[in-house]
Amino acid sequence: MSITIIKAGLFTTVQDAGRKGFQHLGINPSGAMDALAMQIANVLIQNKSDEAVIEFFYPAPTIHFNTAAFIALSGADFGATINDIPVPTNHPIFVPENAVLSFTKKISGHIAYLAIQGGLELNEWMNSYSTNTRAGAGGIEGRILIKGDQLYLKAAATQENKESPLQVLPWMADTKGLYQTQSLRYLPGNEFGLLNMVSQQFMTNAQFTLNADSDRMGYRLKGPELKCKKTIELISSGVTNGTIQLLPNGQCIVLLADHQTTGGYPRIGHIIQSDIPTLVQQSPGSTIRLIPVNMETAEKINNRHSQYLQQLKNACTLQLNAYHRH
Amino acid sequence: MLKKTIPHIYALGDQAITIEWSTTISKEVNNQVMHSFQFLRLNPIEGITDMIPAYSSLTLIYNPSIIRKQAMGGSPFEWLKQKLARLAEAPTEITEKTEPLIVPVCYDLSLAPDLIEATQLTGCTIEEIIALHTNEIYTVYMLGFIPGFAYMASVNKKIQMPRKANPRKSVAAGSVGIAGEQTGIYPLDAPGGWQLIGQTPLKIFDITEEEPCLFKPGNRVKFEAISLEQFHQFNAA
Repeated sequence: MSITIIKAGLFTTVQDAGRKGFQHLGINPSGAMDALAMQIANVLIQNKSDEAVIEFFYPAPTIHFNTAAFIALSGADFGATINDIPVPTNHPIFVPENAVLSFTKKISGHIAYLAIQGGLELNEWMNSYSTNTRAGAGGIEGRILIKGDQLYLKAAATQENKESPLQVLPWMADTKGLYQTQSLRYLPGNEFGLLNMVSQQFMTNAQFTLNADSDRMGYRLKGPELKCKKTIELISSGVTNGTIQLLPNGQCIVLLADHQTTGGYPRIGHIIQSDIPTLVQQSPGSTIRLIPVNMETAEKINNRHSQYLQQLKNACTLQLNAYHRH
Repeated sequence: MLKKTIPHIYALGDQAITIEWSTTISKEVNNQVMHSFQFLRLNPIEGITDMIPAYSSLTLIYNPSIIRKQAMGGSPFEWLKQKLARLAEAPTEITEKTEPLIVPVCYDLSLAPDLIEATQLTGCTIEEIIALHTNEIYTVYMLGFIPGFAYMASVNKKIQMPRKANPRKSVAAGSVGIAGEQTGIYPLDAPGGWQLIGQTPLKIFDITEEEPCLFKPGNRVKFEAISLEQFHQFNAA
């Protein structure tokens, strides 16, 4: 009842919804970069939506299934194959024993998720399975997965699944309404007013390029040098997922899952939570457009997304129940 | 009782809110931060998933779906802002002083790569730096940067020094540093720019412990000088 990592991939980790409740100790939350894709992969196979999943970038890992399993892939499309047969993202899939899951090319998106029904058998650290590579804790020994790692599954595939050949179930989670195709929206931050007029003007309809040195801590935006009216020494205070910090060189970084808990750079804005999945799925070199919105709009979008996600969860459950009855 | 300060409450995006009492560092302001932090730990608001107390502010991370229910479908931010305004303006009781945590520090030059430079920066002798650093009782104003890193203040004016112009790529875990009026200990091997004047044999961050961080916000801390021999004995024990 396990899977084995045959090839590690670039940065493959175990993640869940993140480590909550310890930021006052400087323990950063970690968790899935694209929390939406993590939830969708889970609900497709009737896991708890925050069950631990495997998160990976391209080059992606190659994974051997030592047992039959029920899985789903979501987030980026890396041209998945099982025993060399192409399989889609956002569908539930029965995987036979001794199958090999591998990925052939980067088709769309930047970060992919693999959920396995029942979840992974791991030790929690501070109430979460998320890997915190800085602390060296969570996931598998607090590190990225390497060749030869064996991950045990909490539950065996049911008897009928065991007999099943490779099978892609015919329904998919339609995630289109949850990812943004146009400009990403941000709420101006407490220090937005420190920007000079030219920089403020730029931020009304900003265009950046995503830098190559972007990682789980943050995505760096390359753009014109933004300037403040005057230099102000700020006292360190809280920052969060999506915070756009202005660095001393005039460039911006958007803080993401592995961000520090506090910072002293001007917080010129915050990407709205609903648009973070879209941001993290961009690859270095992509154009990132930002437009400001107010709190009312941000909360409206957030509410709509929550409802959409709930409907998606219900639909997946209904489909799977109907399939089992059939 | 301290006088009321009307705090500035602002959104940190659409899932976090910050109460800021001041834009300066002071013991009084930090007392208000700690008071609200402790109050919310004892009287939690459903839907608040994390709290980040800092020098002069307290940030709360929240789940808007849960807060929206309490707000009867209204704006989660506006609901929280109102609730927190009442809390934040409450007068602060001066908290009872607890015994300080004693932290052994070895100031031997082999463990203190910036101690010689510190004598040049401050005009103090090594002995004076050690005496001034161990004489003070510090307060943990906040944690941040990396897991378990405690920002402590205030360092005696005579031994305050700026950060290094070129931060080190790696500072050993346990290293004790000074940056301006702050002092702190690196819990993990990490890049860092503080002036390193000693090292503690204590584990500041230990993932095998149920409480992995030695320091908590609001702790009082006193350093005690130990010899190189004691430092190594500590590790051997």
